[in-house]
Amino acid sequence: MPTVYLPAPLRRLTGGASRVEVPPGTVADVLRALDERFPGMRAQLCDEDGSVRAFINVFVNGSEIRTLQGQQTPVGDEDEVSIIPAMAGGSPRRCLCR
Amino acid sequence: MWYFGDVADRGADTRTQAAEAERLRLSRVHLEAMVAHAREEAPNECCGVLAGRDGRVERVRPVANADRSPYTYRMDPHELLRAYREADEEGLEVLGYYHSHPATPAVPSRTDVARAVDPFAVYVIVSLASEPPEVRAYRILDGRYRELELSVG
Repeated sequence: MPTVYLPAPLRRLTGGASRVEVPPGTVADVLRALDERFPGMRAQLCDEDGSVRAFINVFVNGSEIRTLQGQQTPVGDEDEVSIIPAMAGGSPRRCLCR
Repeated sequence: MWYFGDVADRGADTRTQAAEAERLRLSRVHLEAMVAHAREEAPNECCGVLAGRDGRVERVRPVANADRSPYTYRMDPHELLRAYREADEEGLEVLGYYHSHPATPAVPSRTDVARAVDPFAVYVIVSLASEPPEVRAYRILDGRYRELELSVG
């Protein structure tokens, strides 16, 4: 069975689980399977139109799915899917050339 | 504002206890590691992951800033994934994250607040605007932030 790895910020959605097994298929199937297991999860990870939110990165074996076949990327028995939210921020803009 | 999971549902997060503590503990070595990283990356912002246990930092893990910008940071997602895995393998929790403000005070910016997705994490900011640099810790929740005590020693 493929495994889904979920880092700390997402474990609130999985009751603390860091790894979840799902049936093989595509990334879309994996997201559906996660949502069945943890209702509401898909809505957290995807926009209303079903696309993965811009600040969510989904990896299959270390490659981001946007560089693969998106949600149609196949996920086999030996594959590992990782889902991580972007960690980002900024500082107030101020001229550095005083 | 948008967060992962129901914030009221604190039971499921393994960091609950640490998250509710009003302080983050770390050694002077860890504090200096963050300041050194901030200086190395200046004038760009630096960023990284803080892993530990029971609210005490045991690992300062630099992560590349994919934005390479003086005004924003975005942790390189591949490195961030590795940082999470390393913490798991070492039996540590990701307690929080740090980043630098190369030219402004150590106070969360609007962007910091808007992009914060982990209400249980501690967000540490290193400011190089003053000498010595200023390091402060926050929790960011619901479009607001609250300062936490940084306990060094």
